[in-house]
Amino acid sequence: MPKVETRPARLRWPRPAALVLSLGLALTALTAMTALPASAREAAPATADPVLEARVMRLASELRCLVCQNETIAASHADLAVDLRNQVREMLRQGRSDAEVMRYMTDRYGDFVLYRPPVKPTTWVLWYGPAALLVGGIAVLALVLRRRSRMGADAFEPDRDDDGRDAGQPAPRG
Amino acid sequence: MKYLRFLLPLAIFAGIVLFLGVGLGLNPREVPSPLIGKPAPAFTLPRLDDASQQVSREDLLGKVWMLNVWASWCGPCRDEHPLVNDIARRQLVPVYGLNYKDARPAAAGWLANLGNPYRATLVDADGRVGIDYGVYGVPETFIIDRKGVVRFKHTGPLTPDVIRSKIEPLLKELNAQG
Repeated sequence: MPKVETRPARLRWPRPAALVLSLGLALTALTAMTALPASAREAAPATADPVLEARVMRLASELRCLVCQNETIAASHADLAVDLRNQVREMLRQGRSDAEVMRYMTDRYGDFVLYRPPVKPTTWVLWYGPAALLVGGIAVLALVLRRRSRMGADAFEPDRDDDGRDAGQPAPRG
Repeated sequence: MKYLRFLLPLAIFAGIVLFLGVGLGLNPREVPSPLIGKPAPAFTLPRLDDASQQVSREDLLGKVWMLNVWASWCGPCRDEHPLVNDIARRQLVPVYGLNYKDARPAAAGWLANLGNPYRATLVDADGRVGIDYGVYGVPETFIIDRKGVVRFKHTGPLTPDVIRSKIEPLLKELNAQG
């Protein structure tokens, strides 16, 4: 009998562990395989002019990749992102300013390409909404707490200890 | 005061439902084009059928025209193509193709296979004009009026519904303006 019980137990436990291990190994191998050529591809222009490249990457990390919308064009390997990075690089090489590059992008793709949208009436809710919610929340909280502190103790249900007696309440009079 | 207790959460809930409902209905991939109402970006590009001939934006001023961005490597373009053929056959509007980042032989073969609805196909080999037009996914379709102003942009493959409910009324309006 004990034999029968230990066996499935031994069989049951190693399985997920082995699964996780092999999955992990497979993932590591996969990322290693995909990451290597990618980094090799990007290393080439970086060596040419590190200062320019740093500027390109700084601007590129402010710009949204339109094909893969949750990535910046600095991080994305989409064709369009590569094209736009080249465009940024070329414009900077021509001596254009950062603002001109950003203007070039928003003229074509709209404010949507900016990871930091400009502050204007249509984005006020976006920029100031969270702060307004926070202030509003604190105000409501303060109001409720103030009102509660003015209430008499009998307005609340008494807390009860485990044994059923009132806790922290003055003993009933009389 | 007593009602407020029940109505307030209900109102907040209704508000959230409204926002989420509208949000679900939006297409996050649809990037509003800043080009609408602005002059179409200039270009001078060689024709696909004859590289020695060039077409520029100025050549097309004075008529309402449609710019259809496509590539032979683009699957949705293939799905959309019969509709573009149909627009040309019905002579709704002269259609010009922008062959985006494609190889000439592949593009020519594609048109030979699927039909060529384009008055001319312009070759944008390096995608530079595509960037000027804010192209971020092929196919895309623009409608440009007589003065060379972009009036409409559709991202992704055209659908019969888009043609009927948006493009046809717009063309009617633009052509009526004479």
